[in-house]
Amino acid sequence: MLTVSGLTLTRGERVLFRGFDLALASGEAVALTGANGAGKTSLLRALAGFLRPEAGSIAFADVDPAEARAKHIHWLGHLDGLKGARRAREELGFQAEWLGADAAGIAAAIDVLALEPLLDLEVRKLSAGQRRRLAFARLIATPRPIWLLDEPFAPLDARWRAALGLIMQAHLEKGGAILAAVHDPLPVPARAVEIGR
Amino acid sequence: MRALLILWRRELALAWGGGGGPLLACGFFLCLTALVPLAAGGDPAGLRPVAGGIAWLALALSSILSLERLFERDFEDGALDLIALGPAPPELAVVVKALAQWLAVGGPLALTAPLAAITLGLPPAHAPLVALSALIGGLGFALTGALGAALALGSKRGGLLIAVVVLPLFIPPVVFGAGALERAANGMSPAPALAFLAAYVLFAAVVTPFAGAAAIRNAQG
Repeated sequence: MLTVSGLTLTRGERVLFRGFDLALASGEAVALTGANGAGKTSLLRALAGFLRPEAGSIAFADVDPAEARAKHIHWLGHLDGLKGARRAREELGFQAEWLGADAAGIAAAIDVLALEPLLDLEVRKLSAGQRRRLAFARLIATPRPIWLLDEPFAPLDARWRAALGLIMQAHLEKGGAILAAVHDPLPVPARAVEIGR
Repeated sequence: MRALLILWRRELALAWGGGGGPLLACGFFLCLTALVPLAAGGDPAGLRPVAGGIAWLALALSSILSLERLFERDFEDGALDLIALGPAPPELAVVVKALAQWLAVGGPLALTAPLAAITLGLPPAHAPLVALSALIGGLGFALTGALGAALALGSKRGGLLIAVVVLPLFIPPVVFGAGALERAANGMSPAPALAFLAAYVLFAAVVTPFAGAAAIRNAQG
């Protein structure tokens, strides 16, 4: 699904890592670990097309990177892109519809993540965990095979970590793939890849 | 196309809601133009030859106010990353954002402009021309303003930087717009100046999408 070979990433003058290889298959989850500053977020941003690698290649099965970016990749980073002054319903609607979701997909996401009671609140009134759930809804509302997640569970409580584990499991069973930068283990069976070694 | 419509609706909602961008710009514009006659002293006749120029200067300054909202907020909260992963190319997203800025800020300013121009001593008969030229120029302000806002992304104190980047780019529309009003005041046809103004808008419409999208990519990297 996704093949990374000989990737070298730099931030300014500093080399984060050299010659990094990774193959992500359909139905596979990879837990990306590494010390703070090792380059986990930068690697994910490079895969999502935000960073230009110094050397090496990033290839997607069957599609070119531009198309993969527009149709196949979900990116959920530290920043959720939610506007505090708008209602949760409006923000969810924009995020999901912009990526191509239909009404049924959004309804399913609201249902799975139990967002109904939050929808009429302003985003700024939500807790960090509720915000994370709201941001996560676009991944469910819009089917895209490759999920790039940066610390997806940080603000979530035990119950929602387990629930997201089930959601991720369902995504993998449908042939999706997950690459997540984490410090705690993923709630699904995952191959661990450490960077910066 | 559907995606662009969704972005368009969101941009308008963000521009109108909460911060009150259009009201702020119009209020600032009216205050500026009301201050000038007071500052210039008690001779309204002396102000009349430069009234068009002052109105356009105030229009340019008022157009800068809400530019920081255009990309910087989305950049800071991660929404720009999301927009980059959408089905529409970033060049078109830049155009949609600039057009929404034009409708939300340029439109109300163009409606306010005749009032300001009359305060400055322009004959009321020229009010339609003032509104028309402000509407055309407002599109130019929105387009080059979007470029400036994209170039200033990620810098500390971006709002001030936008003003410094954008004001030199606003010189041509101010010259042509004020020229149109001056020609009308002297009994000539304002059409040539309006044509130059429209040419500037076309130039901005060609340059802004590509340069703006490149600046955004650079800031995200």
